[in-house]
Amino acid sequence: MSVDVTPAVGVGEVQPPASGLLSRRPAWLSQNLVTALILMVAGYAFGHWIGNVISSGRVWVTTAAENDAAIVLGLLFGVVGWLLGIGALNYPLAKLIGRDTVPQERTDWTKYFRFSLTHKVVGKQYLIMVLLFFFTGGLLAMAIRTELLTPTTHIIGPGTYISIVGEHGTIMMMMASSLVVGPLGNYLIPLMIGSRRMAFPRIEAASFWLFTAGYFVILTALPLGGFPTGWTGYAPLQNQAGVGMDSYLVGFLVISLGMILAGFNQIATIINYRAPGLTWGRMSIFVWSVLITSVLLATASPTLTIACVAGLLDRTVPTAFFLNVHGGSSYLWQNLFWFFGHPEVYIMALPGFGIVAELLPVFCRKPLFAYRVGAAGLVGVGLLSYFVWQHHLFQSGINPDMRPLFMLTTELISIPTGFVFLIGLGTIYKSKMRFEVPMLFCLAFYFNFLIGGITGVFLSDVPVNVTLHGGFFVLSHFHYTILGGLVFAFFGGVYYWTPKVLGKTLNKRLGQIHFWMMFVFFNLTFFPLFLVGLFDQPRRVFEYAVRLQTLNDFASVSAYLLGASFVVFVVNFVWSIWIDPKTAPANPWDSNGLEWQTESPPPWYNFERIPVVLADPYHYSEPVPVPVADLAPDNFAEAAGNGVAAAAMAGAGTGGASSGGSSAGTQDGSD
Amino acid sequence: MSEDTGFQPQSGAGAQPPGPGRTPPAGGQPHHFRRMIPIWLALALACDLIWWFVVGPHVPPGDMSTSAVGAQFDFNVLFLAAAPVVLAVWVYLAYAVWTWRASRADAPEPVGGPAARSNFKVQFWWIAITTVVVLAAFVFGTVELIVPAGAGGAEGPNPIWKPTAKHMLVVQVIAQQWKFTYRYPSYGGMQTNTLVLPNNTWIAFHVTSLDVIHSFWAYQIGVKVDANPQLDDVAYTKTRQTGTFTVRCSELCGIWHGAMFDYGKVLSKSAFDHWATTTEKKQAVNTKYLPPFAWTYSPTANGATGATGVNTSGQSPFSPEQHYGATPARKLVRSSLTSTATPTTGT
Repeated sequence: MSVDVTPAVGVGEVQPPASGLLSRRPAWLSQNLVTALILMVAGYAFGHWIGNVISSGRVWVTTAAENDAAIVLGLLFGVVGWLLGIGALNYPLAKLIGRDTVPQERTDWTKYFRFSLTHKVVGKQYLIMVLLFFFTGGLLAMAIRTELLTPTTHIIGPGTYISIVGEHGTIMMMMASSLVVGPLGNYLIPLMIGSRRMAFPRIEAASFWLFTAGYFVILTALPLGGFPTGWTGYAPLQNQAGVGMDSYLVGFLVISLGMILAGFNQIATIINYRAPGLTWGRMSIFVWSVLITSVLLATASPTLTIACVAGLLDRTVPTAFFLNVHGGSSYLWQNLFWFFGHPEVYIMALPGFGIVAELLPVFCRKPLFAYRVGAAGLVGVGLLSYFVWQHHLFQSGINPDMRPLFMLTTELISIPTGFVFLIGLGTIYKSKMRFEVPMLFCLAFYFNFLIGGITGVFLSDVPVNVTLHGGFFVLSHFHYTILGGLVFAFFGGVYYWTPKVLGKTLNKRLGQIHFWMMFVFFNLTFFPLFLVGLFDQPRRVFEYAVRLQTLNDFASVSAYLLGASFVVFVVNFVWSIWIDPKTAPANPWDSNGLEWQTESPPPWYNFERIPVVLADPYHYSEPVPVPVADLAPDNFAEAAGNGVAAAAMAGAGTGGASSGGSSAGTQDGSD
Repeated sequence: MSEDTGFQPQSGAGAQPPGPGRTPPAGGQPHHFRRMIPIWLALALACDLIWWFVVGPHVPPGDMSTSAVGAQFDFNVLFLAAAPVVLAVWVYLAYAVWTWRASRADAPEPVGGPAARSNFKVQFWWIAITTVVVLAAFVFGTVELIVPAGAGGAEGPNPIWKPTAKHMLVVQVIAQQWKFTYRYPSYGGMQTNTLVLPNNTWIAFHVTSLDVIHSFWAYQIGVKVDANPQLDDVAYTKTRQTGTFTVRCSELCGIWHGAMFDYGKVLSKSAFDHWATTTEKKQAVNTKYLPPFAWTYSPTANGATGATGVNTSGQSPFSPEQHYGATPARKLVRSSLTSTATPTTGT
């Protein structure tokens, strides 16, 4: 057992580079976003050329513009060029030839445009990137609702429409899988577990730049003609589709690699980098949710990787993994995709559970109710999420014996999900609720997610599923869980942690306007769509029954106003951070969380000393205040004498928590 | 420092928590729930009664077939169970927001400590009740799946629950981009563009596809089956009423997916017999060019492209504009009921 009590100086992954060192590259040779973009374009051109060369003369290649091999290799080399250009491959390549790398870390503003290894910089980069993803997908949603204003008159053609639908779905799924784990996970997890860094800073940065590459790759689908399959990419439509499909497959391939890396990094960090005394039973519920999410990320995403590789081989070689007519199976894609896809759905739900459970005690001034049940619920949802995927195939002609089984597992998952309601409702019982903006989002989460969850039970019932499957009812159901659940929780988290991250508070009045617009118009958009689905409108159609126009128009107008609510958020953000910044108090919400016990914004070393955690962060309204951690454990031996710290240390030993900074500071060769 | 060990004995499920952990907070609990429960009961009862007697009978997909009735019944039963659950949470949330808001002048200070951290009884009953409800939903769903033979859903090529009826009309649904055609093996293997069914008859739908995955969704008769290439996917239903129903594709199948719909008819048995025999005679000239009736068809049997199944040329087998474009829906039904079927083979 080692307890780290050494001071911060000289420890940790990132040190401000001493200026004037010869080892640092001159500015004009350094790698940043511009070099990445240049090499990405060059990589695309190179790959496109190679693809055309190796496939020229093959019978299945019609024209150069429709040559899948050229497009796929172009996109893949483009991604490699992007990673080379940003500097993600410097370290592995240098080690290959037995050299050391040159320190690249900067302290000026340009660090945000570079391959930064600082978890706080990566967190902020992620935040901007997920918002870019989210708003891009949101604009596409506006286009979808515009087309659906009229049942038969078309504002955009069916080809463009189906591309936009697929693009919207894919972008939103990519975004949502990293929405919380990316920005909040990378920024907050080390702070919440009393560490100075993530376990693998290079992997953390690489996962971000892969995520970013995925954004560019999926956007190339639009100029390449789009893909007609929606975000699910069903074969053999996938095999039949034009070259836009390659962007989908390469995009998901790249994103899935980023997800695997991000997941492993979080798992390693949470298991190994917890401060002394931070036993499993004292960990924030948000850390629990990120841990379970990361397990799902790391173990479910490889299935998607494999499915995308098989799809790409089908389209280029061409093999026939998914073609029934040549001995493959279209069910293979459906099973592989949903074996990833259903854990993915919980990747997009669990972090939301974590955020609301983390925030409620702060604004209720009460401990989190039934903490253990809550953590067990997260674990239970994570485990069960692997056993429900075939409910997406209820009407596909799977073995009919399987349907009751998957009906059972799907309905069982509502038990651990119910635990999340238990801890929330138990926490607000006889509390003293402050309706700050983050609290409003938490309460709205419970309102929305309840509807999303209950409608899921309807869908899991096979006889009812016959009517609802593939219709707008399903669409509303998962928008209620992802947008109504995860995204509401995410914005709650953004309002809550902005004072921590940026040291400035977002404007409360504008925040309230944002919340109420988002809450009201979200419900007015998606509740009518349940009815639209019941009244026989299938998903992804560009024309529909005339009798459904009123409901559709109502949803469309509400959707515009829902979109406008995010404009309010952007205005609020820009106003409160740059135009009229108000310095936030160090702990504006009076939170017990470990992340609030250091300065806001945190110094580069996070904690002056690695704290010794003494209790979980939910000791609110107790007669004798319980400190969450000893932040200056110089008197550690003294504290150890009174039994508390001894218990903490024993917990650290048995709970598997190793020390944070210095033992890890044996430096895995970090720059 | 008992606060620090708050997690260990008190909250453990099954362990009897000592002293303070078990005692309900003085004065509070019964008081609040005595106010909430009547409101909840009244709302839940009203909601369920209105649903069952007023809304329920109109819930889609209606009552044109046994599977439609089954789906409607299931939806309503699930709603009866779901509404009280939703209302319980909403009433609790509304009550909590109103009663325990900090802005209230006489808001009491919350009490932390072990009693607020966990409560064995509450946790036990929460888990027990949700488990019972979930298992009940599972048993109900499974029974409903068996009773009307698969509930109109896809049974795959080897159904495990078949209707026991002696006379069953077999209809083959052939999906392709972007239309459905229907073959009647018992009427000389004729093929039509419109689905016509006899009333009060068990129907066995055999659904297959010539190209990509589609989904045959006969809305009002409560049938939904995915159409997979090279696969015979079966579903059963028994018609109960004459009338028109909508057929839509509900699995994304390409850009004209939204236009892939038509209308079917349930006729009385005698009217169906008349229609079927005359159509069979009228179609005989076309039927002889069709490939022999089979459960699946290889894509090369699709005479429209004549080439391999994978659409590499960009030519689509049908011009959807011609079929669906500006034609008003009602006119489409009438004309296609009388029109001749498109021969689907050129050999």
